Amino acid sequence: MSRISADQVKHVANLARLAVTEEETETLRKELDAIISFAEQLNELDTKNVEPTSHVLEMKNVLREDKAENGLPIAEVLKNAPDSKDGHIRVPSIID
Amino acid sequence: MSLLEQRVSELKSLLEKKEIKVSDLIEESFKRISETDPEIKAFLTLNEEEAKKQAALLDEQAVKGKAGGALWGLPIGIKDNIVTKNLRTTSGSRILENFNPIYDATVMQKLHKAGTITIGKLNMDEFGMGSSNENSAFQKTLNPWNPEYVPGGSSGGSAAAVASGEVLFSLGSDTGGSIRQPAAYCGVVGLKPTYGRVSRFGLIAFASSLEQIGPITRTVEDNAYLLEAIAGLDAMDSTSADVGVPKYSESLTGDIKGLKIGVPKEYLGEGISEDVRNSVLSALKVLEGLGAEWEEVSLPHSKYALSAYYLLSSSEASANLARFDGVRYGYRTDNAKTLLEMYKNTRSEGFGEEVKRRIMLGTFALSSGYYDAYYKKAQQVRTLIKQDFEKVFEKYDVIVGPTAPTPAFRIGEKTKDPLTMYANDILTIPVNLAGVPGISVPCGFSNGLPIGLQIIGRHFDESTVYRAAHAFEQATDFHKQKPVMEGGK
Repeated sequence: MSRISADQVKHVANLARLAVTEEETETLRKELDAIISFAEQLNELDTKNVEPTSHVLEMKNVLREDKAENGLPIAEVLKNAPDSKDGHIRVPSIID
Repeated sequence: MSLLEQRVSELKSLLEKKEIKVSDLIEESFKRISETDPEIKAFLTLNEEEAKKQAALLDEQAVKGKAGGALWGLPIGIKDNIVTKNLRTTSGSRILENFNPIYDATVMQKLHKAGTITIGKLNMDEFGMGSSNENSAFQKTLNPWNPEYVPGGSSGGSAAAVASGEVLFSLGSDTGGSIRQPAAYCGVVGLKPTYGRVSRFGLIAFASSLEQIGPITRTVEDNAYLLEAIAGLDAMDSTSADVGVPKYSESLTGDIKGLKIGVPKEYLGEGISEDVRNSVLSALKVLEGLGAEWEEVSLPHSKYALSAYYLLSSSEASANLARFDGVRYGYRTDNAKTLLEMYKNTRSEGFGEEVKRRIMLGTFALSSGYYDAYYKKAQQVRTLIKQDFEKVFEKYDVIVGPTAPTPAFRIGEKTKDPLTMYANDILTIPVNLAGVPGISVPCGFSNGLPIGLQIIGRHFDESTVYRAAHAFEQATDFHKQKPVMEGGK
């Protein structure tokens, strides 16, 4: 049985901000289906009482003194921006 | 003999005695690149003008007696996902084709302090996603031992450049084997440090809970020197650990009498090629001859590591790569009327197939209704894998096995099915999931292609890993062999 439908692929692509054609949707559906089916071998393991690991080492909050520091200079930051004007980054219209 | 075939310690001494100049070394590096790189294609960007200027400056300082820094004047290559100020950094992706970083990664600041000279930026699978360098958006790096074979990946450029003598050493990064596997395929030494050992500030993020920057070198001793230079706590990376950095080079005593080695039966079983298995068994005999003791152990959850890894690393990648949206840096599509269209078209045009596949997988695994079944489940399995290692390390000092199931594979051999390509990382991935350090050292050949021995240690015990690797290296001569290349010697 197929685990992932074409509609699901389109939904996930939208969440991921990727544009996919019908053809790509079908390829991705098959590939993701194979990978997910393979990954379902994890269900062989009983993990009911196992804590999830997000990080291997003990992590604690790292704090610093609440003191203003200089950020990057605007002119430097804008060097890599595809489109900018008057010290701002310019993007296409947000509302139609 | 080429200067670049000498060791860090030898070159340091030649430079100190002023028998050679920094400029000689740097000239030789670029000369070698001009001979071999048209074939190998390890470099994406060369830093020639700046490197030569810097070399001249260091030579001037030396005349005034101001030479200094642990790696003073030595030529290094840098994987292209480590940001270098004013030096193009692409991460192997079209989406960053024209990206010029405005700051240096912490490891680069540390290298500058140590005195290295950056020769250029090295090819890689796009964002580190791949095991062969075939996923680079720009070029396919070839294996210096045989150009019909891949150099491994994702740090394939970093390993190939060292193996072919283009640079003395290089930095790579390792998320699921990306330093160790190419090191094995190219017959050089590559270490993935303990998670938190080296700052990741300025490493273009793929899977933040798994990856580490690490050294690729010709010898274990050189590797130890390079790790000493880049390791340590960094205020800019909250996951870097507040653990002192030992003098790793001083741990290379050659003495491994009584060292307890665990050899996981899962690492020599099904899927491991005959030549790889035999090389590892011979290596164990060498270690035994040096006074170490080995026994078979079990890491029972090994076969689940691959699935857990792909769910976790892709989930993290889907979040980390959200930043590439065509707004602040990188590629932007010409084909968009609205902001949403710009995001989608920029990303679809800028990312390669494998990257998109993993973003999709990760987004799916994190999406509403599937999070518990996939992402959380994988995190729980990660705990079991970590516990496997902890149990073995209660009794054994190191774990030894192959780095990869086979020697390098042919270009194009595994590109059709993502799962076949992924399976290649089955022996390196568990180490990232557990966060422990692992090294690959040359331990044999199969049809002229190198084989790597993997030595895995406890958290923050790189010293023991290095000691074992060095003792083995000194007892064998695999590291002394070098590839013969067209254009080169």
